[in-house]
Amino acid sequence: MLEGSIPSRPVYGVLEMRPGRLHLMVADAEGAQAILDLAASAFPDFFAGAHIIYLPKKSGDKFVARLEQLAPAQLYVGPSYEAALPRLRRILAGAHMGLQIYLAGTEGLMGQAMLEATQAGIPHSAIQTEHRGSTARRVQCVHCKGVTEDVTHDPFQCAHCGLHLFVRDHYSRRIAAFQGVRIDAEDPGNIPESVERFR
Amino acid sequence: MSAGAAKISVTVAEVTPVNELVTRFRFVRRDGGPMPTFSGGAHTVVEMNDQNRVRRNPYSIMSDPADREGYSISIRRDDSGRGGSLFMHRQVRPGMEMVISNPVNLFALDLRARKHLLLAGGIGITPFLAQIKQLSAMNGNFELHYCVRTPSLASYADELMANYRPRVHLYHDDRGELIDLPALLEGQPLGTHVYVCGPKGMIGWVRKTTAALGWPRESVHHEEFLAPASGKPFEVTLARSNKVIRVGEHQSLLEAIEAAGVEAPYLCRGGACGQCETDVLEYDGTFLHKDHWLTPSQCASGAKIMPCVSRFEGKTLVLDR
Repeated sequence: MLEGSIPSRPVYGVLEMRPGRLHLMVADAEGAQAILDLAASAFPDFFAGAHIIYLPKKSGDKFVARLEQLAPAQLYVGPSYEAALPRLRRILAGAHMGLQIYLAGTEGLMGQAMLEATQAGIPHSAIQTEHRGSTARRVQCVHCKGVTEDVTHDPFQCAHCGLHLFVRDHYSRRIAAFQGVRIDAEDPGNIPESVERFR
Repeated sequence: MSAGAAKISVTVAEVTPVNELVTRFRFVRRDGGPMPTFSGGAHTVVEMNDQNRVRRNPYSIMSDPADREGYSISIRRDDSGRGGSLFMHRQVRPGMEMVISNPVNLFALDLRARKHLLLAGGIGITPFLAQIKQLSAMNGNFELHYCVRTPSLASYADELMANYRPRVHLYHDDRGELIDLPALLEGQPLGTHVYVCGPKGMIGWVRKTTAALGWPRESVHHEEFLAPASGKPFEVTLARSNKVIRVGEHQSLLEAIEAAGVEAPYLCRGGACGQCETDVLEYDGTFLHKDHWLTPSQCASGAKIMPCVSRFEGKTLVLDR
């Protein structure tokens, strides 16, 4: 489990059933396993009120059949978060109070889906999360404001402006990203060797 | 620094009967200056010099938050209460000089809400009167559901209906009208916050129903001022001040501490804000915790007490005060 270091660094829990009219679940890759684990303790009709948005990424169709077996009211399997976003927004726009949100998988996915949900009016503290799979980070360059996805190395080179960035634990819920700061700002050219910190 | 929020010296500008039980009071500053700004839901603590005791009761400010000329409050007469409302109804006249506190808000609107669902019971309408003025000035999305006993006791219902009709829904007890709460809650769009102010039973009903329907706790707001309960007199040692005081039957522990000339912190005087939390150094007896502040485990620990509403029965109680 990922641990908190500074207060802004998100911490994640374990998904549990909560009362609600509609259960919206958003997961990527190994996040599917968190939904399957939740299902093991769920009462029989629970998934009849569930809408699952699943992005398999590198896990391919490893979990898809088992998610289908849960017989959710709706199951969407898509290629990317961007592809799923219109659907997620449509659900949130039409939802009523009593909607429960369950996020599982990578930090980048959970953070972005949480941003959509909080913008729709759900308090962030009422959204359940469970981290599974990769610890790769979504990082915003504080200099050019471009966001680089799936950052595994620190320092890394910004995909937008090319600066070498140190990856901080400082996290923004508003941007759904960690902060990346130029590592050689005071001594240009002095760039430490990049190491794999997030897998 | 003196205890409580900063004080304002005021003159009673108007005393207006609203109905059989409710009277409205308007305060303006003695120095003629503007009142501090406040946000809808705020209360002020009114000091009453009633014979040889000082009463301090919190009342929601019901006037327009944009109006800095004065503050208005409405008080329901409680014939079996501790006497604060009777003092206000019987003794307070226009022109009288009084002291009130700066506003404190423990029941503020969450301005991130997409919609504000306001549920009032009886005199619990007062904070909503200010909130509605604030919301309508900013074109806010709100809906008021207001439960009253009878049409004649429906304080401000006519004014609300005249100004905000489609947003205001009235329910009369004497006609058997009741909010269909589950249906009302289930139809609310995502991002709705619910606010309830009224009798204890109504607040409990709303909190329980919202929890059962899966509403986030953070989207449910309630305000209930507790009046300090009467009880058996008891003795308390104030260790830091080196005093032994006696708390009378109809006196709160906080009032007894103040009467002994010891300054103790407070804001709401109703068990809600947490400001008066006091450490217990030693005790032999039973705490009668009445507040909404301490957690069950803090209550069980015997290490804390909220002197504004809670009492004690037993042999010894020593406080760090």
